[in-house]
Amino acid sequence: MSQKVLDALAKKFGDAVERTETQHGDEVAWIKRDKLVEVATWLRNDPAMAFDQGMFVTAIDTLDLRRPDANGAIRVVDLEAAGATRFEVCYQLRSLRHRHRVRLKIRVTEADPRVPSMTGLWSSFIWQERETFDMYGIKFDGHPDLRRIYLYEEFVGYPLRKDYPKDKRQPLVRRSDLPSSES
Amino acid sequence: MADLKTLVLGRKDVQDMDEEQELPSELMTINMGPSHPAMHGTVRIVLTVDGERIVKGDIQPGYLHRCFEKESEHATYTQVFPYTDRLNYVSPMINNVGYAMAVEKLLGITKDIPRRAEYVRVIVSEVSRITDHLTCVGASAMELGGFTPFLYFLKAREWLYVLLEEVSGARLTHSYVRVGGVSKDLPDGWMDKLLARLDEIEAVMVEVETMLNNNKIFRDRMAGVGVFSKEDAISFGLTGPVGRACGIDYDVRKDFPYSIYPELEFDVPLGTTGDCYDRYLVRVEEIKQSIRILRQCARQLPTGPGERHIIDDPRVALPPKRDAYNTIESMIRHFKHIVDGIKVPAGEAYTFVEGGNGELGFFIVADGTGRPFKCYVRSPSFVHLSSVEKTMHNHLIADIVPIFGMINMIGGECDK
Repeated sequence: MSQKVLDALAKKFGDAVERTETQHGDEVAWIKRDKLVEVATWLRNDPAMAFDQGMFVTAIDTLDLRRPDANGAIRVVDLEAAGATRFEVCYQLRSLRHRHRVRLKIRVTEADPRVPSMTGLWSSFIWQERETFDMYGIKFDGHPDLRRIYLYEEFVGYPLRKDYPKDKRQPLVRRSDLPSSES
Repeated sequence: MADLKTLVLGRKDVQDMDEEQELPSELMTINMGPSHPAMHGTVRIVLTVDGERIVKGDIQPGYLHRCFEKESEHATYTQVFPYTDRLNYVSPMINNVGYAMAVEKLLGITKDIPRRAEYVRVIVSEVSRITDHLTCVGASAMELGGFTPFLYFLKAREWLYVLLEEVSGARLTHSYVRVGGVSKDLPDGWMDKLLARLDEIEAVMVEVETMLNNNKIFRDRMAGVGVFSKEDAISFGLTGPVGRACGIDYDVRKDFPYSIYPELEFDVPLGTTGDCYDRYLVRVEEIKQSIRILRQCARQLPTGPGERHIIDDPRVALPPKRDAYNTIESMIRHFKHIVDGIKVPAGEAYTFVEGGNGELGFFIVADGTGRPFKCYVRSPSFVHLSSVEKTMHNHLIADIVPIFGMINMIGGECDK
């Protein structure tokens, strides 16, 4: 549907775009982290692109993710072989004028989970980036107010990471008559 | 009185102030919520006020966080439906439909859903949209002192809840839609009951509009309050009735049509000023448009022995109960379906529908097993709430009530 967006992106920022793909009608462009702001600014300001609304930000923790490899076999993604990028940060954008959409993806490693903040371009990302930080621990450089949003400040860890156990409890008020939360 | 900015932000020392002329205006921090009659659901605002005027408001959601995404990752695709009910609990059917469509997109069966199932989905979605708007408008009117519209609208909402209960078996958390269709067909004579109720709801709408539209108190509290410019609304990602009140001509049902919406005739109301009163008017008009859609659906709903309510695909649909009890193949299929879940091929997809509050999206990453690897929900309430910090700046504390009411923040959806 919006293949021309991907083509224009690849043409304009040849080396900044790692690759583009279309999955189930969704256009996805993998962008290099240090070029993200440049690419995003162009996407917003260029009249032919005009991505004026930022729809959502989230991250995918690819730890233990099974995906089809080059031969079509489904297997757990080997993070070492894939360049040890554990997280994929997704930015979904939409243009009201042209009615097209694109999803930008940025790979970040577990050791350095930083992405430049896009709050200066789309105000809706102020809370969305806070949510992603809260849930995945992705740090957004340049975010005006990067605090936890759903959870409390004292919370330890990032609950939507795959290595955070689902049944782990962290009560805010510790009570002596309840079993310890350290399990 | 001196300009607010110089008085509050520019002042360095108390000694510099003329004690005779002006009161020492020190900023005060007060806490609103999390449990407050005007806070829909549970949300806390730390307000910094200068007298009655809000200088800064720090909105802190999360008191209703129920780990929707983490729970979904550990549930089979079908088991996620009850969780989606609890996102926007005044229009659960739309959440069901949005989620089901996301899974169908990953399965590649979007085009294979039976026509009757699509119609039933649209019918229950539009009924849900009406209940959503009735709740929002009624509750807001009550908070501004008009108790009668609230009672009238909740009476009308209850008629629709009774009808949805007949369809799904539950009054509020329906879990009615399934991947590939809906869980059961509409009961006999249900559409006639619905049409009769729609006539009554139209009468209630006339009554309430007569009470509210030109009511001086209501207009004074709503008009000009919480104004959002179109540019800001676009930047903050506002969609749905709130976005349309600001003049953004965007409705998912028209712009990215899904299901059978292209075959239906309806109008998208737009506001001009983007204040609370416009949001109210847009919602009232949308109720009427939903009634219009429902009447068309009643005429066009495919009926007959060959019309199915769920897809005939053994990968997706449960076998009929009679077969599950009598043949070993169907019993195994039933068992695998319940225990392992629907096998969704690896991939990722973002699907969005027009929810009661705006664009409701589901971003699902599948890894080839019966459970979603990731199930993110783009909840409109969360996005809209983020704009309120800006909206309520320089308003009075009392204005928070209509602003919050018309944003229609639903705690379950906002906090996930």
